[in-house]
Amino acid sequence: MVSNFKKALESGKFVVTCEIAPPKGTNLEKMRHHIELLKDKVDATNITDHQSSVMRFPSLGGALLVKECGGEPILQMTCRDRNRLALQADLLFAYSRGINNVLCLTGDSVIFGDHKEAKGVFDLDSSQLIMAIRKMEKGKDLGGNDLDGELEFCAGAIVTPEANPLEPQLIKFEKKIDAGAEFIQTQAVYDLDNFKKFMDYAREFPVKILAGIILLTSAPMARFMNKNVAGVNVPQNLIDEMASAPKGKAIEKGIEIAGRMIRRIRQERMCDGVHIMAIGREELVPDIMSAAGLL
Amino acid sequence: MIRSITQKKSDEEIDHLLEGLDRIFIIGCGTCATLTHTGGLAEVEAMGENLSGKGKLVTGEMVLPVACDNMAADILREWSEKMNQADALLIMSCAFGVQSIAQQTSKMVVPALDTLFIGKQTGAGQFDEICTQCGTCILGETGGICPVTSCHKGLVNGPCGGTNNGKCEIDNNKDCAWTLIYNRLKDLGRLDSMRKLQAPRNHQREPSPGKYILPF
Repeated sequence: MVSNFKKALESGKFVVTCEIAPPKGTNLEKMRHHIELLKDKVDATNITDHQSSVMRFPSLGGALLVKECGGEPILQMTCRDRNRLALQADLLFAYSRGINNVLCLTGDSVIFGDHKEAKGVFDLDSSQLIMAIRKMEKGKDLGGNDLDGELEFCAGAIVTPEANPLEPQLIKFEKKIDAGAEFIQTQAVYDLDNFKKFMDYAREFPVKILAGIILLTSAPMARFMNKNVAGVNVPQNLIDEMASAPKGKAIEKGIEIAGRMIRRIRQERMCDGVHIMAIGREELVPDIMSAAGLL
Repeated sequence: MIRSITQKKSDEEIDHLLEGLDRIFIIGCGTCATLTHTGGLAEVEAMGENLSGKGKLVTGEMVLPVACDNMAADILREWSEKMNQADALLIMSCAFGVQSIAQQTSKMVVPALDTLFIGKQTGAGQFDEICTQCGTCILGETGGICPVTSCHKGLVNGPCGGTNNGKCEIDNNKDCAWTLIYNRLKDLGRLDSMRKLQAPRNHQREPSPGKYILPF
């Protein structure tokens, strides 16, 4: 059955996704609150998979909660923590419970997380995970064995349009599409003129692209990302704009900037939609959407 | 030349491993551990002084030319008297040496070093891991640079999103293998081999532990 998210991607509308992180523990109240707040406002909600390699409630459990609440989940799956048996098994389970959108990621190194001595698995990589999904849809597992029962996923991946050097990243992007990626959510973009150049290239491929929007919460946070997050480049003029915000009003400024960027992406039809990441401030996603004229 | 790269264990760990063992015979290695200054003559002597200062009786100390060579058995035999006086042999070589010596004596062996990787000297005082003996060599498609070893995640289909100005996301001192591979293949006019979607790797080409018997 075609997923609702896939229908949205194919409808030609400006698609909006956001992401919610599962909790550290079993208290799901905050997550449930975020899901209830966002499920009818966005086309789909990504559920992160031990983001930054920090052990949490699983993305599969979070995606199930989205389903139970009547939302449309995108299950994020990294290749860091599971070998090919476990990844395929989780895909079977996901589909059986109505979760049929997957974002395939390689995953951060474990050394960034809170279990720094753990073994990083990486039995598959992101493009091979997409390959596995397409193979499973044809009724075979990665071992070539028959699967009993059908499955169908809307499978996607990520790209970093500001990576340096860029071409190796683009080769990987094309391989992900060759492997069967239907949608791409990008790493955060801030320089939209750069992003337009990327889209001039990316538009040639049969894939839907959602521009990554990370909410800036302060000027130091922007500088921190520039220094520490690979492939994220917040231009100086945006940092200055954040710094110019009156004391205690930086978040409002960040919302304004995010809204302005989304509005421009939409007006200029740069790509097929946006993926809003309000890391740790998911309750602000509706404000960002309002600022963008989407609500 | 292939080198076994070692690092000295902390004094606390060595003290813990030697608890209740009062008489110690120390063995170094004249090859890799000498090159890395972890188990040469100077380090063996320093270890002897350190242990003596902590009240241990050092019954003897020596440096085998090649601790992992079975020929070391003859040399060990020459030292058997002082070795037999010891409660344990403290081995300042890589784990190949520790295990080779363990096979050749009936004494308790204690490693003083951790073996970090099997690598190659790539500059003065610099060693890099370049092969992890995976059994399924793809160097023919990656410009002679191994992503299974040189990429932190062992990725065979190109860089992850953590690639950062040619460096790895985990350490600015480590090159991004896929930037190196890309540059090399570009120079060779062989970028097409990077565009090939590589199937999942066979991790069981030689199921661990590796064993090979010559087919005579």
